[in-house]
Amino acid sequence: MKLENKVAIVTGAGRGIGAAIARIFAQNGASVACVSRTLENAKKTADEIQAMGRKAIPYAVDVSSAAESEATIQKIFTDFERVDVLVNNAGVTRDGLLARMSESDWDTVLDTNLKGAFLWTKPVARAMVKQRSGCIVNISSVVGLVGNGGQSNYAASKAGLIGFTKSVAREFASRGVTCNAIAPGFIVSDMTDSLPDAIKQKVVQAIPLGAFGKPEDIAEAALFLASPAGHYVTGQVLAVDGGMTM
Amino acid sequence: MAEKSLEEKVKDIIVDQLGVNAEQVTNEAKFIEDLGADSLDTVELVMAFEEEFGVEVPDEDAEKLQTVGTVIEYLKDKTEK
Ligand SMILES: NC(=O)c1ccc[n+]([C@@H]2O[C@H](COP(=O)([O-])OP(=O)(O)OC[C@H]3O[C@@H](n4cnc5c(N)ncnc54)[C@H](O)[C@@H]3O)[C@@H](O)[C@H]2O)c1
Repeated sequence: MKLENKVAIVTGAGRGIGAAIARIFAQNGASVACVSRTLENAKKTADEIQAMGRKAIPYAVDVSSAAESEATIQKIFTDFERVDVLVNNAGVTRDGLLARMSESDWDTVLDTNLKGAFLWTKPVARAMVKQRSGCIVNISSVVGLVGNGGQSNYAASKAGLIGFTKSVAREFASRGVTCNAIAPGFIVSDMTDSLPDAIKQKVVQAIPLGAFGKPEDIAEAALFLASPAGHYVTGQVLAVDGGMTM
Repeated sequence: MAEKSLEEKVKDIIVDQLGVNAEQVTNEAKFIEDLGADSLDTVELVMAFEEEFGVEVPDEDAEKLQTVGTVIEYLKDKTEK
């Protein structure tokens, strides 16, 4: 059990990559605060975890809202008493060419993907500093490393998350708190299901390992970073992308 | 045993948090220059004071609390209200 007696918060835990992370953490002994926009999805993941005999509580919250996030984080600390691992995974896309991108599509993506990570990391990191241990994992994207036409807002948010990760890692390293980013490539999920087949085929051709990844591939990487095995790793960006960005 | 004074409690927290000797913690001592605190230590100190005394210290106040004496005065003022 790599996470025995640990408490983890996973945002965007309702489906896809976040659900896979919540599941693998629970399989490894963690209690999990399952945060998602809709209670229905958060509850689905939490129910699965409870069925494994682990503690899990669902929370419905918009991670880009400061007030909602603050109240929920307080509730989580009351419900679980401590937090050892925070995974900032909630994320959205609002794709479009820059020449046609609306301000609201820019704001929605930056507010959820980047500001959301700020709003959740700040209070949780304070508690981790106090307990002199903790692990923060931010789910970035290969798009944050190499860019992507039609995703300037998303790429900016995911690249921003990498700068944020490294700065947080530096600020808290002396207190035993690590912070890393994972940059997934193309992973099978609701987010990529919506891509047209022609695009999917082109994408696969650009992946050296020749296939989309699975949410579990990202979850395994998160588990490594959160487990004792990853304790000496901080400020890094781990690309789990089938070789796309080597 | 008599209840510790606010001043004693503040100094205990500083000794504990910064790992310094009690004699170093004079009212004039500056956290960063004299007691070797880094900027994150000063944030942690404020968090510890908030917890011990059940007060909230806004960031603009926290910035002004650079010596042991100013903290004691500030907290006396806050807890009397
Ligand atoms: N799927 C991929 O190929 C891929 C690639 C790189 C990075 N990522 C990143 O991985 C993360 C998870 O992606 P996924 O593919 O599982 O996506 P998904 O759309 O299936 O799941 C996203 C989750 O985030 C939650 N969420 C979105 N906005 C939220 C908000 N404002 N407040 C609270 N929760 C919110 C959703 O409810 C959902 O549970 C995202 O950050 C995404 O950018 C995904």
